[in-house]
This record gives sequence, structure tokens and C-alpha cells, in this order.
Amino acid sequence: MDDRRVGVYVCHCGHNIAGTVDVEQVAEWAQRLPYVAVARHFQFMCASTGQELIEEDVRELGLTHVVVASCSPLMHEKTFRNACQRAGLNPFLFAMANIREHASWVHPNDRDGATAKAKALISAAVSRVLRQNELEPIRVNIHPATLIVGGGIAGIQAALEIADAGHHVYLVEREPSIGGHMAMFDKTFPTLDCAACILTPKMFDVGTHPNVTLLTYSEVENVEGFVGNFQIRVRQKARRVIEDLCTGCGTCWEKCPIKVIDEVFEAGLGYRKAIYRPFPQSVPKYPVIDVENCTYFRTGKCRMCEKSCPAGAIDFDMEDRIIEFEVGNIILATGYKLFDCRRIPQYGYGRLPNVYTSLEFERLTNAAGPTGGKVTLRDGETEPKSVAIIHCVGSRDRNYNRYCSAICCMSSLKFAHLVKEKTGAEVYNFYIDMRPIAKEYEEFYHRILEEGTHFIRGRVAEITDAAHTAEEEGKTIVVAEDTLLGRQRRIPVDMVILAAGLEPQADAAEIGRMFGVGCGTAGFFTERHPKLDPVATMTEGVYIAGACQGPKDIPDTVAQGAAAAARVLGVISQREVTLEPIRASIDESRCSGCRICNALCPYNAIEYLEAEGVSRVNAAMCKGCGTCVAACPSHVITGAHFTFEQVMAEIDGIMVDVYSESPTAPLAEIMA
Amino acid sequence: MSDNRSFKPVIVGFLCNWCSYRAADLAGTSRVGYPATLRDIRIMCTGRLDPTFVLRALQRGADGVLIMGCHPGQCHYQEGNYKAIRRVALLKRMLKQFGIDERRVQLHWASAAQGVLFTETVSKMTQELQALGPLDWPHNWPNEDPYVYTLPKTKQEAAHEQQT
Repeated sequence: MDDRRVGVYVCHCGHNIAGTVDVEQVAEWAQRLPYVAVARHFQFMCASTGQELIEEDVRELGLTHVVVASCSPLMHEKTFRNACQRAGLNPFLFAMANIREHASWVHPNDRDGATAKAKALISAAVSRVLRQNELEPIRVNIHPATLIVGGGIAGIQAALEIADAGHHVYLVEREPSIGGHMAMFDKTFPTLDCAACILTPKMFDVGTHPNVTLLTYSEVENVEGFVGNFQIRVRQKARRVIEDLCTGCGTCWEKCPIKVIDEVFEAGLGYRKAIYRPFPQSVPKYPVIDVENCTYFRTGKCRMCEKSCPAGAIDFDMEDRIIEFEVGNIILATGYKLFDCRRIPQYGYGRLPNVYTSLEFERLTNAAGPTGGKVTLRDGETEPKSVAIIHCVGSRDRNYNRYCSAICCMSSLKFAHLVKEKTGAEVYNFYIDMRPIAKEYEEFYHRILEEGTHFIRGRVAEITDAAHTAEEEGKTIVVAEDTLLGRQRRIPVDMVILAAGLEPQADAAEIGRMFGVGCGTAGFFTERHPKLDPVATMTEGVYIAGACQGPKDIPDTVAQGAAAAARVLGVISQREVTLEPIRASIDESRCSGCRICNALCPYNAIEYLEAEGVSRVNAAMCKGCGTCVAACPSHVITGAHFTFEQVMAEIDGIMVDVYSESPTAPLAEIMA
Repeated sequence: MSDNRSFKPVIVGFLCNWCSYRAADLAGTSRVGYPATLRDIRIMCTGRLDPTFVLRALQRGADGVLIMGCHPGQCHYQEGNYKAIRRVALLKRMLKQFGIDERRVQLHWASAAQGVLFTETVSKMTQELQALGPLDWPHNWPNEDPYVYTLPKTKQEAAHEQQT
């Protein structure tokens, strides 16, 4: 016996819906749809009185399905699902018709059109809800450990937050030391406190924390599983230094005869040895052997480091180590890469000797850098008497990146201050717009203005060494239109600093695929919601923090690191997590084993069972996108809550007034 | 082609949950108007779009079908929209053989922030369909045609039909 009884509730939303849609007529009309036991209209369905109306009707009229026609389901679906649940109805026997955002608000001058559309949407919801099934949320246990990828300031902050809360963290870093870009900087804006002074204590804490397993010189090779239960495989590259024996004394790199230009930490301005650690405060303190440049690995001779090591810690035969472990949550904090200034040939970087990138200047001005903090030209001696700083290099430029890199205004101001402080040179900042937008940033801008830095508003057209006048001879000339004066200017300077933009890491897309995180048009990782869920991703249990999500400065990065950690701690403390039951499942008795669905799944959630000759969906890995459902040639994959029947019924329902002439349409007659 | 401004086409829309449905919501919250020709159905991803959904909509009397998803590279399920591109391309090839103008089935992108783009897409398609005129496909399908798919009817639905 079919005893389905649907309740339809049409919301006025004050004047928002009722002002355009004839809600009374719509409710009266809905009353005549098949299976509809009651159709009401009410001032505010989301108010407690509206919700109680539903609850009462479910109890007293024995409703089996509920339809609310009001706002977007993204707004209040949860509210009404909860109301159904309170009344003892499975929350998935509820459907919503969006007659506010999709009808009344967008057709304000078309009352008939909006009313007809509201009817169609309600009819679709009724037709669909009749075919909806009871569903139970999926529950999975949470492994309490966390994987953090990337040991920059975002990863460090997140690791400390979680470890201090008493949970285990695996921190994986690609380079031999943690610290990231921040470790390369000298001063940080706007307070001008020294980066190392505030960063190294945190690095030390991470290195010694009992709850942190630090895996440097390592990369994640494989991720399997789902929220609560990820299986991780990490490859730790061979340091060729035995960590248990090494004391970090430094004898090996003092004795090493090979000097190599340090492209990573010193941005190509300084040297390191073939056995090295990136910087004195490296965590961990152990060096690594650079196999490509080491004499022993190239010729079979030398072994100077081995001979000189008092602890006998050198092991040339060491091999890569594969480490496997389980975690419940993952935080990606993989950071950014600097825009390659060579891509703008007219700026002369790599061709004109005294054009520097921002990172090069950071090293130049760093007391622990290649010049000991002395700001000099490429000859290593001459102090510049005039310096130009170019903002927005590779940012806000439709030829390269359209977005604003967020940090360059402030770091350019910082450079202006440091140049003035260290050399007393004249400083020219070429900017498009000044965007010092955070706390105390505007004040810092004014401080730099008062220091006498020249600000020229205009994008630089060219940086050249072709002198027009005697005054320009031997100088680097910056050519730009001063848009405030309205004329071209040529400013000869000794040194040019290009404030290069921030870009996603070169392998961000690859990393994203491994962890099931998408990348936006610019290539940064996509958050779950740009405003309301900025550190979560579409993959449950995978969070993002720092510049891998988009360009940001240190305070924002630290805030995101802590935010991601808080989200992870929240999940851990729940011990188990519930997942939306919108999942695919395969009727194995009818599966032909064609395996078309296997390769289509973006999450590798479908496995092929060799013995049975059929495919099976791992419900916890499935995200419910439904691409396999659409592709199955035998129509035996069901996408829960978006089944073939449900969508087809929705189409029939939505077209009910148009298709009224056909006798086969189940809802047709009522429209007369 | 007739310039039939009074003709109000019916467009069935399939909007993905993450981008285009939110774009439609944004059009609403920012009160950007568009013709009341679109009747939209939310699916989780354009990758869920079974091409038979489109055929069903046309068979039920839609003058056009508008499928909208996230921009390429921005799919919340990584690559569902790429699958939609391929499926819609094949479907359109088939529809062409049925004599259906390819402007009647359109695939577009709108991010959650592109409410205005969403309304422009609907308006433009409405104008195109107005120029094309009604499709009126149901009348071209004899009801006894065994290849027309009908949903299995529930007992009550059958009973209801008999009553009226």
C-alpha cells in the first residue's frame, strides 16, 4: 500500500518572496499535486514557528516527505533537515525549492513568470522527494596523528599548535632544513623585527618537540585512504650523514673542497659546499651531501668529509628511506615560488648586472647573507647611491599574473627603509597603487614617505643601460610614465630591485592531485569556501594554510596555519566524523566488470575486484560527484540522493505544465 | 528566423552545486534580473550529467537545455567538467542528426562569483531561442513509440491516473 504523504510549505520570506510570487495561489495549486497531503504558506519558514509547523504536521498528519519552497538550499537545507529529524522523519526525505534566489529576486517585474517558475520548481521538488530514500550519514573513526606538508612558517605554526595540544604530527619538508622563505629574510614588516629572531625559536621547538616527527629532505610519494584514515608513504632522500652520530660540528663542510653556488637559500648570490646545511640555524642541524657536485660521487676520490668527521657520521652508501605511517588529517602548507623575473625581458634581469630580485635583496641585506648584510652592487664593494624599487613585477599584469601578490607593496616599503638605513641612497619606488592594507601597514607607509623616499606612480616600461645623456652614463636607467605628472620619466640609478610576485609552486597541480585538492585559475589551491571556509578543501580531512592557498604575508600565513590546526584538532576531538551520504554504489549483481568507471573516478574510490569480476565503490573515499553514475553503460551505479530516477522525476516535475497534453505524464492533469 | 519577442521559451538548466548554482544564488542576492525562462535543476557536478537528462528535458517540451559548471580547472571534483565537455560534444553531434539546432543545448561556465555572467548567459540563450522559435518536440514523438522512456509508475500514480 502506497501511503506517501507530502507536506509542501511555501515561504513568504516577509516581502522577499511574497512581493513577487503569488504565494497563496502557489500553495493552493501545490495542494492539488499528487500525494500532497497539505500545502501551506507561511511568513517565515526558517523561524522557529515555521519549523514547528513542519514538525506538527509530520506528527499529526503523518507526513512521509517534506518540501519547503523558500531560499537556496545552500542557506537553509540543514535547518529544515533538522526540523524533519526532530519530528522523527529521516532528513533525506526532504527537498527544497529555491523560489527566492532563483525566482522572486531575479524576476521582480514579472509576477506571472516568477509565479509560474515557482510552481515548476515546487512540482519538481515534489516529484523528486517522492523518490528520495532514507539515508544515514557515514561515520568513520579519526586517527589522531596529522601530516603537515611543508616546513615553512605556516607548517611550523600548525605543527606546534597540534603538537602542543598533545597530538602527534609528521612534518614533511623537501629541503634539508625547515624554515621556508621566512628563514631567508632579514627583517619583517611593519615592525622591522628580525625574521630569524622570531622564527628560529619556533624551528627549534618543532625540532625538539616530543610530539613531532620531523622528516626533512623528504617528499610525500603516495597518499591513500580518506578522512580519519590516510595511509602516507614518504621518501626520505639519503642525507649520507648518519643523524644519530652527527653532532653538527661543521668540520665536514669546512674541509670540503667543493664550492657550489647556492641557488636555493642564497638565491644564487652566495656559495655553499658540496656537503652543507642551508644556514647556521638549520633544523635539524645535520648536513646533507649534494651528490651531483660531490667529488667522491663524481670521481670516486676525495672523502675529505669522511676523513675529517670526528663522529664517523658520513655514510656514502646510505640509500633513500621509505617511511610509511597513518594519519587522520592532512595540512598542506607548501608555500609559493617567486615569479621568474627573466620572463619580463625589458626589465633586464639576468642581463643587466645591477637588477636584483626581491629575494636576492633579502639575502643581500641579511646579516648572515653573502655580504654580511652590506648592501652592495654585483662587484661586492660599491655601495649604491640611488636605488629604484619596482612594484608589481609579474603581478597585476595581464601578460603574466592578473592577481595582486599582496606582499610586494609592504616588502618594497621595507626595502626602501633598509636601503636608506644602510646606504643613505636616494630611493625611488615605482608603484601602480599602494596597498598597505593590514594593521599598522598604512602607518609604515607614511613613515617611509617621511623618510624621503620618492614615490612615482606608474608601471615601469623598461630598464636599460642605454644612456641618453652624460648623466645616465654607467647607470641603470628606469623608464616609466609618471601618471600623476602625465609625462615620461627616465631615472638613472645604481641598483634596481624587482618586487617579484608570488606564484604557486611549480608542482602545485601535481601535489593537488595527490591529495585531492583542486587548483584555481592562478594555480593556487582552492579552499572549500573563499569566505566562510578558507582553510578546508573539498577533500574531507585535507586542509590548506599559507601561501599555497594564495599570496599572503607572514601574519596571515601564521593565522591560517593556526586556523588549519584548530580545524584538525576539532576533528580529532570528535574521535569520529560524519560524512554526507551522497555517495555512489554499484549493484554488483548487475555489474558487467567493464571497468569504465574505474578510470573516471578522480578519487580512485572505485576498485576492481578481480575474483568477482566486478567493481566496487569505497564509500568513504567517494565524494559523490556522480561522474561514474552518468558513465555506467549498464546503469547499475546509483548516486545516492541524485539517482537516475530522482533526476528524471525532477525533470518531469519541472516540465509538468509544458507537457500537460500527454497522457503518460503522471502530474499532467492537475495543471488544467 | 522570426523575431518572436512574445515567445517565452522554456529552458531546463542543469547547474553544478559548487559554481554555477552558487552563481545563480549570487545573481539572486545581488538582485540581477534575467528572463524567467530558466527552470534549474541542481546536480552535484556537471560530470553527473547523464546525456539522457538532456533528451528527457527536450522530450518533455523544453525549447533548450542549459548546462553550467565550474570553469575548466576549477571543478570541485577536479575534472568533472572536462567529462561534461566530452559528453555534451557527443550528445550535440547526435542531436544534430535529429535536426536539432546546436544552440538549443549549451554548455557554459560560471564561477560562484560570476552572478552577472550567469544572468547574461541565460538572457543570451533566451534571445537565441526566441529567434529559433519553439522546439515542440513532444509533438514529434508519437506516444506509443516504444523507445520513449517513461519512468516506472508507482501503484498510486497509476491509480491516480485511472481516477481522473
